[in-house]
Amino acid sequence: MIRGSLPRRLAASLYRHPRAQLSALLAVPLGWLVVAYLGSLALLLVSAFWRLDSFSGNVITEPTLQNFATLAESDVYRNIAIRTVVIAALVTLTDIILAFPIAYYMARVASPRVRGLLVVSILLPLWSGYLVKVYAWRLILNESGVLNWALDPLGLRGPGYGDPAVWLVMSYLWLPYMILPIYAGLERIPSSLLEASGDLGARSPRTFRKVVLPLVLPAVVAGSIFTFSLTLGDYITPTLVSGTQFIGNVVYSNISVNRPLAAAYALVPIVIMIVYLLVARRLGAFEEL
Amino acid sequence: MRIRRMSALVAVIALVIGACSSTPGTTTKPKPSVPASLGAGEGELKLVAWTNYVVGGTGGETVEGAPDWVTPFEDATGCKVTVKVGGGSSEMVELMKTGEYDGVSASGDATLRLIAGGDVAAVNTDLIPNYKNVFAGLKNQSYNTVDGVSYGVPHGRGANLLMFRTDVVPETTDSWNVVFEGGDKYKGKVTAYDYEIYIADAAVYLMATKPDLKITNPYALDATQFKAAVDLLKAQRANITTYWSAAQAEIDAFTSGDMVVGTTWQYQANVLEAAKVPIKAVKPKEGTTGWSDTWMISSKAKHPNCMYKWMDYIISPVANATVTVWFGEAPVSNEACAEAEKQSPGHCDIFHATDETYFKDVWYWNTPSKECLDGRGPICTEFSEWTKAWTEIKG
Repeated sequence: MIRGSLPRRLAASLYRHPRAQLSALLAVPLGWLVVAYLGSLALLLVSAFWRLDSFSGNVITEPTLQNFATLAESDVYRNIAIRTVVIAALVTLTDIILAFPIAYYMARVASPRVRGLLVVSILLPLWSGYLVKVYAWRLILNESGVLNWALDPLGLRGPGYGDPAVWLVMSYLWLPYMILPIYAGLERIPSSLLEASGDLGARSPRTFRKVVLPLVLPAVVAGSIFTFSLTLGDYITPTLVSGTQFIGNVVYSNISVNRPLAAAYALVPIVIMIVYLLVARRLGAFEEL
Repeated sequence: MRIRRMSALVAVIALVIGACSSTPGTTTKPKPSVPASLGAGEGELKLVAWTNYVVGGTGGETVEGAPDWVTPFEDATGCKVTVKVGGGSSEMVELMKTGEYDGVSASGDATLRLIAGGDVAAVNTDLIPNYKNVFAGLKNQSYNTVDGVSYGVPHGRGANLLMFRTDVVPETTDSWNVVFEGGDKYKGKVTAYDYEIYIADAAVYLMATKPDLKITNPYALDATQFKAAVDLLKAQRANITTYWSAAQAEIDAFTSGDMVVGTTWQYQANVLEAAKVPIKAVKPKEGTTGWSDTWMISSKAKHPNCMYKWMDYIISPVANATVTVWFGEAPVSNEACAEAEKQSPGHCDIFHATDETYFKDVWYWNTPSKECLDGRGPICTEFSEWTKAWTEIKG
């Protein structure tokens, strides 16, 4: 008898031990995730408990809660966090309102041809650069921009740069991330349910309230995870279309000067997102992703 | 990529901490070692620079209409240049801490931080032939020299100016008052530089208008003086819609009319004037802040010979004339001025290259530290306090 070559024996032994097979398969991606991603994140967050040596920007590695005290004492950090969350919530709400009719039309009304066209036109902006889109909005919103030009005959003015501009631009940027999950959720509702509701005497508004809405809610929540977290983490749009700051701006301006403070503040959106995701999970959003 | 850079940053900082902990700051330091001679170029050079400082060549910035002053350097030395444009002083410090770059064009609010952090090395100016021609007023300054040891070569200097649209603001305006107490008239259209170092601009204004505060150096502010400057900027905040950090953003906003008055570099004024936008840029009577940039070599430079060659090249007459004429700042030597005269007649007069009295009331960017720069002792607000205050001003 000829013994099998090494690769053959290895293959055979892996076949006999499915667990070994699984761990070999997952070792590389999991290792990358733990070391490169979670590891560096943990390093950053640990520095929230360190403090800064004045001047040189070097970090003293003695545990302290000084950074959290700084954040708690000053109103400005609370205000910035509140502003960020409020705008993220407004953006999410706006996107839900805008996305729902479009998604409904795509899933339930449009012919396959129109549906294809709509999907492409929704995805199209995603293929162009983020900065290009924000700069386009700067051109729309500026003093002698398209919006003011269009509103001028009516005696109106656009909002100009500022918080409303941030809200507008973010709502535009993240809209596709809301439309697609809702569209997928709506498409998954069997039409037999809607017909049954009609047969039992419910008119459209009631069918919508009692059948469609509960079934599509997890998809809406899933979409809101995208719009909310993307707004929460953005810091470029606020600098380009307003003079106000988001959580990300404070982190950015402090990261090289006072890394411990930046790390401490970076914990705020992480905590907010953890709470948000826990609520989303209860609402069944993860089955829709 | 970002994450890998971050972990590299963490590693570098850990190394720096390790290196620093063995030498307490108060004892007399031994003179840092510098190379005694130079070898051949390493074929490559990686720089961190302000925008429009390294243009052309293999990996320099591409700017429409700009001359190319990197290609002649590459041809002469064989060092292929790549540049990473820094968005501001803090970003440049962060980039230099990665150890991936050979050199940086650092402003005075970055230089001392880089030196204290051990990120840049001392320079042997004997190995830089063109250094001897540099104006004396630029050598051995508090922002490029520590304990008598030089940490780089001057690139050029300029003043931060007051710019306004002449169709909105009176042509005769010559005071910073128009962006502070007088800014209400232009509510929403005032602008300022979006970095903590702008606090010094408020301090310069207070130095002239509130002598009671006894400010002698806008980068050396005790608690009372600092609070006065911060309060002034908090009041100014109500009149500002957007601050500017990228030069192009300010150019766009002055063109469209979203900004009508605020601080600027000469560069933006040049671009706007060329585009026939009705603006004027002046050095106000209270004096102003300014910059005197320094090319510094990284303490971890992988291509030190190329970096030395670059430091010599960028202050050579033709190259220094080309870069300073394009950017709109004062060249560093009489020889460079003579060249600049050929490219743009009157350049050195317009930018007061040889006029030390003009620069008397220009406070070059510097790094605030606890130990006051004007020698009053350890009672001043340090740089990280400035960063915190800037967050509070913007709200």
